[in-house]
Amino acid sequence: MKNKVMTMKEAIETYVNDGDTIVIEGFTHLICFAAGHEIIRQNIKDLVACRLTPDLIYDQMIAAGCVRKVVFSWAGNPGVGPLYGLRRAVEKGIPRPIEWEEYTHFGMVARFMAGASKLPFMHLNTFSGSSLPLKNEKIKNVACPYTGQIFATVPALNPDVAIIHVQRVDEDGNAQIWGLMGVQKEAAFSSEKVIIVAEELVDRSIIRSDPNRTLIPGMKVNGVVIEPFGAHPSYAQGYYDRDNQYYVDWYTISKDQKSMEGYMEEWIYGVSGRKDYIKKMGERLVTRLKADKKPAAPVNYGY
Amino acid sequence: MVTRAAKELNNGEVVFVGIGLPNLACNLARRLQAPDLILIYESGAVGAVPSRLPISIGDPCLVTDSISVCSMVEVFNYYLQGGMIDVGFLGGAQVDRFGNINSTIIGAYEEPKVRLPGSGGACEISIHAKKIILILNQNKKTFPERIDFITSPGYIDENNQRKKYSMPGQGPVLVITDFGVYTFSDDTHEMVLSEIHPGVSVDELKENIAWDVRISDKIKMTANPSEEELRIIRENLDPDRIYLR
Repeated sequence: MKNKVMTMKEAIETYVNDGDTIVIEGFTHLICFAAGHEIIRQNIKDLVACRLTPDLIYDQMIAAGCVRKVVFSWAGNPGVGPLYGLRRAVEKGIPRPIEWEEYTHFGMVARFMAGASKLPFMHLNTFSGSSLPLKNEKIKNVACPYTGQIFATVPALNPDVAIIHVQRVDEDGNAQIWGLMGVQKEAAFSSEKVIIVAEELVDRSIIRSDPNRTLIPGMKVNGVVIEPFGAHPSYAQGYYDRDNQYYVDWYTISKDQKSMEGYMEEWIYGVSGRKDYIKKMGERLVTRLKADKKPAAPVNYGY
Repeated sequence: MVTRAAKELNNGEVVFVGIGLPNLACNLARRLQAPDLILIYESGAVGAVPSRLPISIGDPCLVTDSISVCSMVEVFNYYLQGGMIDVGFLGGAQVDRFGNINSTIIGAYEEPKVRLPGSGGACEISIHAKKIILILNQNKKTFPERIDFITSPGYIDENNQRKKYSMPGQGPVLVITDFGVYTFSDDTHEMVLSEIHPGVSVDELKENIAWDVRISDKIKMTANPSEEELRIIRENLDPDRIYLR
């Protein structure tokens, strides 16, 4: 099989185009900031950016003017406050007006499930009594063919490209995750192209020694990027902790467009890539966030 | 608010936990009357035993030593829609007298005055959890006469529309604020003040709610937190005083 390993620069140049519908998934865990920053550096425009929680990564991409529309279910800085970049774009059109399309978490999960299953829609029991269906015409109803009970429906979501950060991958793109898995499997299977970004490149034999842990198989993967610390300030279970202080600091940095641009000048445009970014952050950050040892008991796959 | 909420949790119950005060309440209950309380977070951590105060709902400490970690497809389909959740905690920017919550928008949806985070999992939690407990600070803005948007349905109106929609969950049973505790009336499905916190007067409470709230004729005083409760919170749960001063 062809070795899929490439640099982040090559992966974004090859697979992400202006106007694409993209998803960089990861629920608090394994959010690929390295890819978001490269998209900003390459000045990719008019993206339809989908994620359950836009988080700081889309806040930065929106403030950089990369996003035309955001599709989401919870837009905030968890435990800290609002996403000011997103809010400025929605409320005041800075740096450009953006459209938004809103669901609940379950609604977004169901959209990815439909997309991954190549079904046109998914039915689910939520939204009733909420104002959301009145404001989002894509949320519709269907009657159960067996009982007649009414259920809400959401349309399939099939992005052009998914970017998924994982702990380890082999050169064929077989990707393993442990810890919170969010909706990454569905995001990958629903997308036309998939980029896997990993903390570590491992031998095929490591992946095959523990097949239950493979969330996304290489047959679904187009490009593989090895980018240690690529999820910072998000985290990678067993590798490094979430940088909660960064999320707290973002509150002040993001409050006005000027200071946000200052941040991007220094930490995104001002570095050549993730390696440079980590070097600039310094050893102290790496030491501070290093994960404790907490290995699982081994299992026997023999027969 | 935290100690009062913790008292509502029974041993062995399955709780869908939110971040902040609900998280503190659940972990306090786990150390007191409910050691076998099962904490589920929408991020996929099942039976979590957080050893530090999780700042976000997807903190890595929720994974370490948990019973199971599942995808969000399973959390929402099998656990929540599957009817496994006994208690759901919700907060929000605003709540109306029928327990409907707004965490989406202030002003017109298309041209918001303030764009709030949105539902997350709150809407489906409010529909499916067997019972809902609301925790939020009370003032005239957070307890307005009407809300601009229903993110998570309570009883919707005085006729309790939940039955019409065949919602599996009973709806909100308790609202805990910094002034008192409210239950809901069986006839009009609106909030009724049932407990008032020590040191708070009814007049003061009424100045911080936008409608003429019903008051139970059996109103009582909320119990003060015990020494033991305060010790656990201050020493174990929130040593850096992030939530409690």
